[in-house]
Amino acid sequence: MKWRKKYFSACFYLFLSLVPLQENRQFGSKMTDSKYFTTTKKGEIFELKAELNSDKKEKKKEAVKKVIASMTVGKDVSALFPDVVNCMQTDNLELKKLVYLYLMNYAKSQPDMAIMAVNTFVKDCEDPNPLIRALAVRTMGCIRVDKITEYLCEPLRKCLKDEDPYVRKTAAVCVAKLHDINAQLVEDQGFLDTLKDLISDSNPMVVANAVAALSEIAESHPNSNLLDLNPQSINKLLTALNECTEWGQIFILDCLANYTPRDDRESQSICERVTPRLSHANSAVVLSAVKVLMKFMEMLPKDLDYYGTLLKKLAPPLVTLLSAEPELQYVALRNINLIVQKRPEILKHEMKVFFVKYNDPIYVKLEKLDIMIRLASQANIAQVLAELKEYATEVDVDFVRKAVRAIGRCAIKVEQSAERCVSTLLDLIQTKVNYVVQEAIVVIKDIFRKYPNKYESVIATLCENLDSLDEPEARAAMIWIVGEYAERIDNADELLESFLEGFHDESTQVQLQLLTAIVKLFLKKPTETQELVQQVLSLATQDSDNPDLRDRGYIYWRLLSTDPVAAKEVVLAEKPLISEETDLIEPTLLEELICHIGTLASVYHKPPSAFVEGSRGVMHKRLPARTGSGEGTECPDVGNAAGGSAPEAAPSIIPSQGDLLGDLLNLDLPAVLCNILIMSKLNSSLLSPQLGGDIGGSPAMGAGFGAAPTVMPASLNAPVGGGLGDLFDLGGGVGMPMGAYIPPKTVWLPAMKAKGLEISGTFARRAGVIQMELVLTNKAMSVMTDFAIQFNRNSFGLAPAGPLQVLTPLGPNQTIEVSLPLSTVGPVMKMDPLNNLQVAVKNNIDVFYFSCQYPISMLFVEDGKMERQVFLATWKDIPNDNESQFQIQDCHLNSEAASNKLQGSNIFTIAKRTVEGQDMLYMSIKLSNGIWVLAELKVQAGNPNYTISLKCRAPEVSQCVFQCYEAVLKN
Amino acid sequence: MSASAIFILDLKGKVLISRNYMGNMDMNKVDHFMPIMMRMEEDADSSPLVTHGSAHFLWIKHRNLYLVAMTKKNANAALVYSFLYKMVEVFKEYFKELEEESIRDNFVTVYELMDEVMDFGFPQTTDSKILQEYITQQGHKLDVGAPRPPATVTNAVSWRSEGIKYRKNEVFMDVIESVNLLVSATGSVLRSEIVGSIKLKVVLSGMPELRLGLNDKVLFEITGREKSKTVELEDVKFHQCVRLSRFENDRTISFIPPDGESELMSYRLNTTVKPLIWIESVIEKFSHSRVEIKVKARSQFKSRSTANNVAIMVPVPSDVDSPKFKTSTGSCKYLPEKSAVQWNIKSFPGGKEYMMRAHFGLPSVESTELEGRRPITVNFEIPYFTVSGIQVRYLKIIEKSGYEALPWVRYITQSGDYQLRTN
Repeated sequence: MKWRKKYFSACFYLFLSLVPLQENRQFGSKMTDSKYFTTTKKGEIFELKAELNSDKKEKKKEAVKKVIASMTVGKDVSALFPDVVNCMQTDNLELKKLVYLYLMNYAKSQPDMAIMAVNTFVKDCEDPNPLIRALAVRTMGCIRVDKITEYLCEPLRKCLKDEDPYVRKTAAVCVAKLHDINAQLVEDQGFLDTLKDLISDSNPMVVANAVAALSEIAESHPNSNLLDLNPQSINKLLTALNECTEWGQIFILDCLANYTPRDDRESQSICERVTPRLSHANSAVVLSAVKVLMKFMEMLPKDLDYYGTLLKKLAPPLVTLLSAEPELQYVALRNINLIVQKRPEILKHEMKVFFVKYNDPIYVKLEKLDIMIRLASQANIAQVLAELKEYATEVDVDFVRKAVRAIGRCAIKVEQSAERCVSTLLDLIQTKVNYVVQEAIVVIKDIFRKYPNKYESVIATLCENLDSLDEPEARAAMIWIVGEYAERIDNADELLESFLEGFHDESTQVQLQLLTAIVKLFLKKPTETQELVQQVLSLATQDSDNPDLRDRGYIYWRLLSTDPVAAKEVVLAEKPLISEETDLIEPTLLEELICHIGTLASVYHKPPSAFVEGSRGVMHKRLPARTGSGEGTECPDVGNAAGGSAPEAAPSIIPSQGDLLGDLLNLDLPAVLCNILIMSKLNSSLLSPQLGGDIGGSPAMGAGFGAAPTVMPASLNAPVGGGLGDLFDLGGGVGMPMGAYIPPKTVWLPAMKAKGLEISGTFARRAGVIQMELVLTNKAMSVMTDFAIQFNRNSFGLAPAGPLQVLTPLGPNQTIEVSLPLSTVGPVMKMDPLNNLQVAVKNNIDVFYFSCQYPISMLFVEDGKMERQVFLATWKDIPNDNESQFQIQDCHLNSEAASNKLQGSNIFTIAKRTVEGQDMLYMSIKLSNGIWVLAELKVQAGNPNYTISLKCRAPEVSQCVFQCYEAVLKN
Repeated sequence: MSASAIFILDLKGKVLISRNYMGNMDMNKVDHFMPIMMRMEEDADSSPLVTHGSAHFLWIKHRNLYLVAMTKKNANAALVYSFLYKMVEVFKEYFKELEEESIRDNFVTVYELMDEVMDFGFPQTTDSKILQEYITQQGHKLDVGAPRPPATVTNAVSWRSEGIKYRKNEVFMDVIESVNLLVSATGSVLRSEIVGSIKLKVVLSGMPELRLGLNDKVLFEITGREKSKTVELEDVKFHQCVRLSRFENDRTISFIPPDGESELMSYRLNTTVKPLIWIESVIEKFSHSRVEIKVKARSQFKSRSTANNVAIMVPVPSDVDSPKFKTSTGSCKYLPEKSAVQWNIKSFPGGKEYMMRAHFGLPSVESTELEGRRPITVNFEIPYFTVSGIQVRYLKIIEKSGYEALPWVRYITQSGDYQLRTN
């Protein structure tokens, strides 16, 4: 294709014309088409214009090619718009394609002129050649100009019903394009329905594109319920799956993954029809199939034979993915990392395939290493260690570091191997390779934590390397070791002192660690180290600008000076065990990521909401819950990673901690001290008397919490957002004939939002006391302690009347019910809705915020029965503007029963009148803040619809009161 | 769903050609791609996925080109990468080789292809044989025989057109097995894997139905012929022409083949076999003076087979000089650009053992650069032989015109990723 070259060379010459003329002359002699040289940019456009308007077809085509060539190299040729569009009506297909291409690029910058193209589009959509029809409809959708869009509806409608599947499949995609430009238009024109119809098209490619288009639209409009998947449509998709192209198969599988089968039988039958896809040559098809299977498997009972078969079928294709191109290997490995955490049993025998090859790209090596550690178990530890040792002597720094760390993790994970790991690490330290030594020391610190009093004999070797440590993490680790084992290291004071010299140049991590270590040393050997401890305390408290350091310094100082025995208990307290797997993904996030296998989310290990703009508030995907055979709760067996080792406690998760609390906990300070620290921070007075529990009383704390909910993420509202309607809709049938109405419990804080803590609850009024009844469930894998609760200011001054009583730590999968008495004397601020309550709950992990709505009926006090005379007077006295009327529908109580029921919730009937078969009940209510609400309830025998009129001096409460009426009467 | 736009960049990051598929992202964002890559390179880091703000770039490299897909959604990453590779394949079919030059020379066709293979981020037809039927490099007049979309594009059989005619109907099959091996420095086999592939060259008229019979263990168990020699395939992957559900049901491999050359299936076996060529090596480095290398190569297959073109690559430090070799067979070559010695043996019959000795000088000043311990790699091929013992038992060809067709089969075993670590 020699001749093609010429367009490009022409445009290269043009390009050169921008550089100084001198150079041009230099090249000029070599060039043949020298006329382009001398033309200025303006002249070039002018010339092209002339050529585009030439009568000769061939010349025209050449000119368009030149224009496109210029466009390709990034020149602005939009000035030629009308001339190029003039070439659109051509019988030359190649030329037409080029003009269309031009249009797509420049229509947006020339919206007024783009209109000129509409006619040709409409005409081309009716061309006898399907290739042209499809080309027109495809290009049309790429012209993102509002004015044009509406002209395109008719042609699109025709193309969606075209006899040729090639046109239909192109039109299907065009609906998605149009929807992206003008969603309303697409809905108004009924294109969505046509698109849904195409799912039943006879041609598999059309089905696939229709599915893709619908999925795309549904993704950007999560509430549209477009992909209304049901067993019938699923069946159609599964049939098309066998016939369409590899890409179509991916569209369909990804769409299937959004479906939730009704029961385990449907789930199994879908799995059976998806499994053959695991044999597809395209890795992306395989991964999408894996996604569907991983998700639907969740619904299968584990004792089912098929469940085991499926598990076995998943391993080989996953392993084969590692023979794909490196980029696909990377995607596969990131996903296998998730799968191994969710279902370790699938790949537990496949350790060897993750052994690193010399020529693997670094990103593949690092991922393989990660998976190796996850799969490490007693059964394969020897092999793994031999490999890790090999890797630790490679030259690639990142890889070597990770390998050294991996050895440490193996030691912690597989107890039997700890000794071997330690000796391997010591060998590595002997290599004196600087970064290897530093990594080794960091992991040895963890090994000491895990197996106290076992390997301290190596401390001497570690101390030899003190001088070579230049990374903060390694220095901090070494200092920790010296402080922790100060009594066994003869010259501990000298070692620590040597660090003190450059105290202010150290990073915070090292400073904090040094402070703690010297205090530990002092408590162990008080006589010789008094001077040292004073030195470090003064460095920390007087010379440092770092508040964390200063506060910690002060606390130690006070502790030491007031009560050395207590200081000992605090500073030298026994430390909790460290967990085996430090970087497991939190279960709720893991579940969500499993639903996104193959996508960017699964590669980043982040939910889409974390990196896709505008996806906040979009529903998080969840794995389906088990149905069918009714064994209620089952916990996923994430814990028994890779099996092998005997009954082991579930590994706990240390979530990444960015906040203050986390930072503090990360250091080995006992919990009590943490509380002190927090208090000291918030109260800005040191060692305030109220430790731990009594957080509520502190005004500073209240203010701190009060401000926080304003930054509460909007999406948090989603689960609660349904409002009272939702609250009250649930739990029908559980009648409580007398007594106050208590709404059923709802989830206020899903575990996903709170690092594993789930809070559900309700409000009740019992014997005149308002109770917030909470159910705390720990869905994370670590123990939760130190619970406290705080409310933001609210409409009725609700506030906890005492601390949140969670006396025992909340273990993983444990649930605790707590009842929190509330007072109504807290600070007041009007909320919207009125009965909205913003709550902050703290535990040892973090502080979480949520909002909930309480039924206003719990504020109805017991002495709310008004004198009849007063009632009449008040009724008249309140202006009629303040009266509001509501309808309560479908209530089948007679007036007597209604009155009784309402009384249970402190809504008192004062008088009753019957006029023409209609009972009129007059009632009064008194709110905790002294507001009276008067009501007139009309009940007609045989009519399930009540009318209620409310009168109140503060009419904004009427709506809430009405909702209470409705809730009480209907429950 | 997948890509908002696709770019082809040169090594400096300049856009050679691009296509904006969704129009929902600023095309200039791609200018951030190369600076990020450079920064990562400085940190000795690399990732096939880079991010700039809300833009995610998924890229592959082919020769002197980067193919980059840009997205801002939670795209199906596996789909994007496999699509990019498919694009490379399509361009290669069209232009022989995909490189900067071929993009420039064929920019019109490149645009046409980009328009056809993806629409609004959804991959469409990527079968180059079918594409060639309607995207050609000649200009067309619409009235005289402008191409129409072949029915094949949207057919269930989207990989074979109707009306293909040959005078002589034949099918050539190549059964190629690659042996991947990883041996530790202490000489224990860490991993041994056979990756097999069955390639077809189909010269058949019409729409033939083919059925392939292998000595597949699972199939033989179903049909109750356990006694025969069989092969247990760990994982099988098929070309999209093979009916997967049928295979899932009764292990029958039935298909309508694409015309011409294609890979019908691939399979993987983990059965440990004796490494076909075993290497023992001693590499002694005497600092500041010399390196001495002793390599013993042994063929561990039956003597009636012969390995051809055996090449054993032994790593040496990058600063060695004055090479001297002694071999019991074959010839040696020092390849300074690869820092390796290549020992070539044209023909290596089974059950034999050969030796090689090499001697290098080392400079008196040691280089400060750390060198990784590279493995010894081996290349070879053994014709008329499969390690796994897989056999094509039959290939039935049925076409409604009832012609006779001849199937031909060839077996070959070759080295795949064959690495032996050194000390």
